[in-house]
Parts: sequence; structure tokens; C-alpha cells
Amino acid sequence: MPDAARAGQHDKPAAAPGGGLSMSGSGRELELRTSVFSADDLRRAHTRIAHEIVERNQGAEDLVLVGLYTRGVAIARRLASAIESFEGVDVPVGALDVAFYRDDIGLRPVQPLGTTEVPVDVGDRTVVLVDDVLFTGRTVRAALDALTELGRPRAVQLAVLVDRGHRELPIRADFVGKNLPTKLAEDVRVRLADVDGGDDGIELWGPAAGAGSAGAGRDGSYPERGASA
Amino acid sequence: MKHLLSIDDLGREGVDELCELAESFLEVTQRDIPKVPALRGKTVACVFYEDSTRTRLSFETAAKRLSADTMSFSVGSSSVAKGESLRDTVQTIEAMGIDAMVVRHRAAGAPNRVAGWIEASVVNAGDGRHEHPTQALLDTFTLRRHRGPSLDGARIAIVGDIRHSRVARSSTKAFAALGAKVTLVAPPTMLPESLAGWPAAVSCDLDAVLPEVDVVYLLRIQHERQDATLFPSLREYTTRFGLTVERAARLRDDVLVMHAGPMNRGVEIDPEVAEAPRSVITEQVANGVAVRMAVLYSLLGSGAPVA
Repeated sequence: MPDAARAGQHDKPAAAPGGGLSMSGSGRELELRTSVFSADDLRRAHTRIAHEIVERNQGAEDLVLVGLYTRGVAIARRLASAIESFEGVDVPVGALDVAFYRDDIGLRPVQPLGTTEVPVDVGDRTVVLVDDVLFTGRTVRAALDALTELGRPRAVQLAVLVDRGHRELPIRADFVGKNLPTKLAEDVRVRLADVDGGDDGIELWGPAAGAGSAGAGRDGSYPERGASA
Repeated sequence: MKHLLSIDDLGREGVDELCELAESFLEVTQRDIPKVPALRGKTVACVFYEDSTRTRLSFETAAKRLSADTMSFSVGSSSVAKGESLRDTVQTIEAMGIDAMVVRHRAAGAPNRVAGWIEASVVNAGDGRHEHPTQALLDTFTLRRHRGPSLDGARIAIVGDIRHSRVARSSTKAFAALGAKVTLVAPPTMLPESLAGWPAAVSCDLDAVLPEVDVVYLLRIQHERQDATLFPSLREYTTRFGLTVERAARLRDDVLVMHAGPMNRGVEIDPEVAEAPRSVITEQVANGVAVRMAVLYSLLGSGAPVA
């Protein structure tokens, strides 16, 4: 299956409150609400996160950036090249597929998005997991299990472009591009030139005005901002 | 997908999808800890009414690497010796609580019957002279890894007892589904009665076919099963249809040699040829585990919950 067709199955809530939350786009029409990040915003966020990673770890030695398929891998590469540019350290980048560790296998079609490739031994290194959107936390939970099979990292940190809230597990991000309060029925769409084509950008999509009444009651509340902020 | 009984169930798209999935599982099998929790809590029963080493071990290994539990059954040490019917046997095994049953039987169509009797998913691990779909998938997967995802235009010679071979039937269909041109090469006595259902050409002259091929796929001569009337002697078979050192020397360097195993070294293939770099025979075995993981995962792990 091509990556494009596989994309979009990440981190959807396993079960919807009140039942019947559809995957994005399948149950109702979504329309563009706001543009969250432009290409420039995204570039600045990458740069800032890269600096924060180096600052937190007092350098970039013994780091490995491990992206989660599909966009996390591309973001990890960008962070690595940013770190290389200002710190002069070539941080190894890995790619992790978490499909076989998910907790919703058998409940929906769970297909791998790519092949796991981590070029270095993660033992005794600090691993920074990288993903585009942090939502329920279930993908990250699966990633922690997948990572453990590869070795025993000294520490694991998490970097995401967007934290949209609605956590279902006690997981938080160490590095966040933007905390974005969302409704469950909304969809955060990350577009990366090297994965999706077009220009970089992050958009918030929500139910179309006419169809909105159907889901208004159950999705009405905005969650608390991410605790990590 | 509920069962895997024949390559016909899959078509090009299904073969492609399973091969892509197998790619992920191949990476898993190469880790220090070659195991994922994907099928935790599922049980796979291997029900083999015929002898087998590699297929059965391969399925058991695949199930274990997916964290499924396995049950194993072989006819010699079972109630079949007391006259229990196939239907009673499989229903008894199912009653113990299984999610998939891997069935090998000497009668063509037995797995299809079993699929009608039980609720669990059924995988055909070889039924008589009919089909062996997971072998075909692992053969296809192995070729894809060497040639890229499409087999369009690849010229493949399958050499040996085509008529009695389930491997030949399944692999021919799978290769052809991906666009390969298959030629069946055998003495006339070992060719099928009719080419209906065989998307392939035929030849009785290996030496005429060899300069035109990209892959030589050898089948085992089942001399222990034959009444020795299909060809005069093993030696004569080797002389006309064996992949000898002398024949292999005439192949282009990039021509691959495959064998479904177990090999009769010195009959259909010379030992030196089996060991040569162009031979992907042990790779086929390693890939078999990854492909069977993909099959079990597709049946039990993805899609709707099995009721």
C-alpha cells in the first residue's frame, strides 16, 4: 500500500464517547477552520524544537532521533539537519513503525506504514521520539513498546509539532511546536512538502456548518491545554 | 480476508499487499528479539495430515513471532489412527478455542471443506495436487526482493513434475498475476493433462528454454511417490532436466535459481548449483516465515474482529 493511502490512520481515538465517531472525513464533511502554521511558522518551530532538544540534553552527543511513520520520520530528519547546522553534530535518525504494537489490532485494519529502521544501537543513548500530532497518546504508547524491543535507551523523550489534547493515556510531550486545543470532531492536518507535496503547513479542519449540529453536543468542550506546556 | 485457500482468492492486489506486509515482518525476524505482540491471545492450530518439516515449522515460528499460541497436530500420534473423521477432528480442535487452523491434507480441496465446518480462519498449507498458496507467496516475495515490486516481463521457467505439483500450480498463478511469463518445463508425462487454469507456456526441452529465462524454479522429483513410469530413470531425468553445473554455467550471471525444497541434490539440482550465489533457496526459507506472519496477521490481526 502506498504511504499516501496508509496515512491518516494514526492516533484516532480507539472508541468515541457516545459511540460512532467516524474516521476523519468518512462520516461527515469537514471544512477548513483555520490555518494553524504557515511554512515559515513550521520552519521556526522546527528550529526552536531542535534548540530545545540540544539544550535539554546539554549537547547532541549520544542522541538519536526516531521518527514515527509517516510524517514523524520527515520531521526527525528536519530536526537532525537543524541540529547539524548550528551544533555541528550529525545526529542519527531512525524510523519506527508501531503497527504491531498498537492496542487496537483486530478492532480496525491496522497496517504497517513502513519498515522499522534504526541505524544505531539505542542502548545507552537518549532517544527522542518524533511525531507530527500528539492526540490520544496511544501511538506513543505503542512506540515505547516497539522501542523497548530494540534495546534499553538511557532515556526517551517526545517531540511533536502539535499537541491537540484529548489524551487517553498518561503521556506528555517534552518538546511541542504548538499546543492546539481542539474538539474531538475536528481534524489537525499536517502537510509536509517532502511527504505530501505542496507547501508545508498545519490546518485545523472541522465539521461543515450545516452538518455541525449532529455532533455539537458531544464534542462541545475544549480540553485543558496540554499539561506539558 | 477470512481464509487463504487458493492464490485465486488474492489476485494481483492481494499478492502485492501481502508481500508489502511481509517486508515489515522480515525486518521483525531480523531483530535481536524477533517478536512482536500483534497476535497476543490468539491461537493457531497446525493440523497436518501429511509429513512436512519446513512448512509446519515455518507456520509455527511465524505464529510464535506474532506472540500467538500454537497447537500442533500430526496424524501419526492422533485419534485419526483410531478412525476419527476429518470433520470430527477439526471440530474437536476448534472446540478447544482456536482462531486459525493451518491445514495440510493429501486430498485436494480438504481445506475448503474444513473452512465450511469451522468458524476459525483456515490457511491451506498444501492440499494434494491442488494448491500451496503460502509457498507461492514466499516465492513471489523472494523474487520481488530481487527484482522490484513488479514481475512484469520476468521470464520464469518452472522445471519438474508439474502435473503432480501443488507448488507449480500456485506459484504459476502468483507469478502470472504479477505479470511474469511462466514456462513449464517437463517431460510430457509430467505436464498437466490440460493447460486450463495454467497461465503458462510449456516446453519439453530445458536446453532450449534456458537461454531465454531470468529465473529457473526447480521442483523436487517425488521419486518415493512415483511408480517410476514417468521417466525411465533418475539419471535420465538429470541428464535432460536437471540443473547441472554444466547447464548453470550457461546461465547469465543475474539469473536466479529457486527450489521449493526439500532438494534431491544430484537429481534435479547439482549440489554446487544449490550453493552458488545465484541460488536463493535458503532465502526462500527465511522469507517463508515473514510471509506466513503476514498471512496470519492479515487473517487475525487486521480488519474486523473475528466473531
